[in-house]
Amino acid sequence: MLEGLFDPTRWEATFGAMDTFWAGFAVTLQVVVAGLALALVLGTLLGVLSTSRSRALRGITRVYVELFQNTPLPVQVMFMYMAGPQLLASLTGAADPVRIAPFALGSLGVGLYHAAYISEVVRTGIESVPRGQMEAARSQGFTRPQAYAYIILPQTFRVILPPLCNQALNLVKNTSVLALVAGGDLMYRSDNFVALYGYLQGYIVSCFLYFIICFPLALLVQFLERRSKQRPRAKEIPGLADLAAASAGTDGKEA
Amino acid sequence: MEIFTATNLIYILGGFIKTIEISVLAIIFSLILGTVFAIAKQYGPRLLRIVASAYIELFRCTPNLLWILFIYFTVQGSDILISVLAFTLFTSAVMAEIVRGGFNAVPTGQFEAARSQGFGFWTTMVYIVLPQTFKTIIPALFSQCTTVIKDSSYLAGINVAEFMYTTNVVMAHAVDLSQVMLLYGFVFALYFALNFGISLAVRAYQRRQVAA
Repeated sequence: MLEGLFDPTRWEATFGAMDTFWAGFAVTLQVVVAGLALALVLGTLLGVLSTSRSRALRGITRVYVELFQNTPLPVQVMFMYMAGPQLLASLTGAADPVRIAPFALGSLGVGLYHAAYISEVVRTGIESVPRGQMEAARSQGFTRPQAYAYIILPQTFRVILPPLCNQALNLVKNTSVLALVAGGDLMYRSDNFVALYGYLQGYIVSCFLYFIICFPLALLVQFLERRSKQRPRAKEIPGLADLAAASAGTDGKEA
Repeated sequence: MEIFTATNLIYILGGFIKTIEISVLAIIFSLILGTVFAIAKQYGPRLLRIVASAYIELFRCTPNLLWILFIYFTVQGSDILISVLAFTLFTSAVMAEIVRGGFNAVPTGQFEAARSQGFGFWTTMVYIVLPQTFKTIIPALFSQCTTVIKDSSYLAGINVAEFMYTTNVVMAHAVDLSQVMLLYGFVFALYFALNFGISLAVRAYQRRQVAA
């Protein structure tokens, strides 16, 4: 089952091929960064729109979220991989199928998928802010977009940060979907290594490399969750303590 | 060439059945194993707590596909065995965290009351704590079911004839874009119907809980 696990020559061969693993690691990191950026921007936009007053906009975001959350990411990516090139060709009128780079496929895949989840996170965050905040902002002359940007969204950060980081963690893991479409990411390259040499050390190395990206994120989630459960502390206002002491002093004199 | 022939359809739907089989088995086993890990992490002695935490963190921080490939490489057996084993390995880590969340919702007074009535640790667990825990975690449990169903399509990577794999096989015979689109429409629709059905049921359950 685990034959050759402690065989030093196998480990040597695996460490000799570290360049391949690092190359895959770099691809995975790039896809993570691009995918996360897309997911955050699109997810926040969809989350805000899902709390808008327009019924049509709410409907569109609902459909997007349900479609992407209830179908598998591998099938979505496979669809882009198989049908995408021909679809693009017929859309743009190109003579040949338009090749989609694995990087685009991966970041678009995880980005669109996790945007649906982040949209739900942002929506619940916005709904947790008391309605009076929007009314107060409007009464002070803020337009609705301004109220979202300056009043509502900043207040949601504390609530949405833990689930947001959790989404980032899942996004990192889900980039491995690229291995199914020969994307050249860490998972793909380690699987190739194992197929080539027959050494399961390749999986252990890739396990370790994924772990060093994801474990800090998992710790961050735990830390943020603990922090969000604490009651907010009163802010230190400079000079306030002196003022209190001074007023206590005058009170004393008068008494 | 016609793509939705009876033979093709039966073959594809066979994959859909296999997806459901694997998911159901994996969920049952990982719920059992996950409960064991949750008890170990929450109430176990120090050493057991560390082992359970390490297990949970390891599988929470690495991709599912990695473990599918790993088990496929190291274990010999039927594709159902390999699939269920791989999914049980990492889903039980998630289940453990879900069950542990449920434990935290059980008031400590329940333990004290059980103790005062002469219940031991395991009888308290089985008769008092676990029933209350499972009741609170039903929504999380079912949303994890949809995750397992969706992630089972990763199994196409090791040529298990589940839904995505059987579809891809038929897809190879598609002659033009419209057939490909039709097939994908079919796959998306079935996955969607199954998962959306589950999530609607969960929402209905939650509404009933709130109303009660």
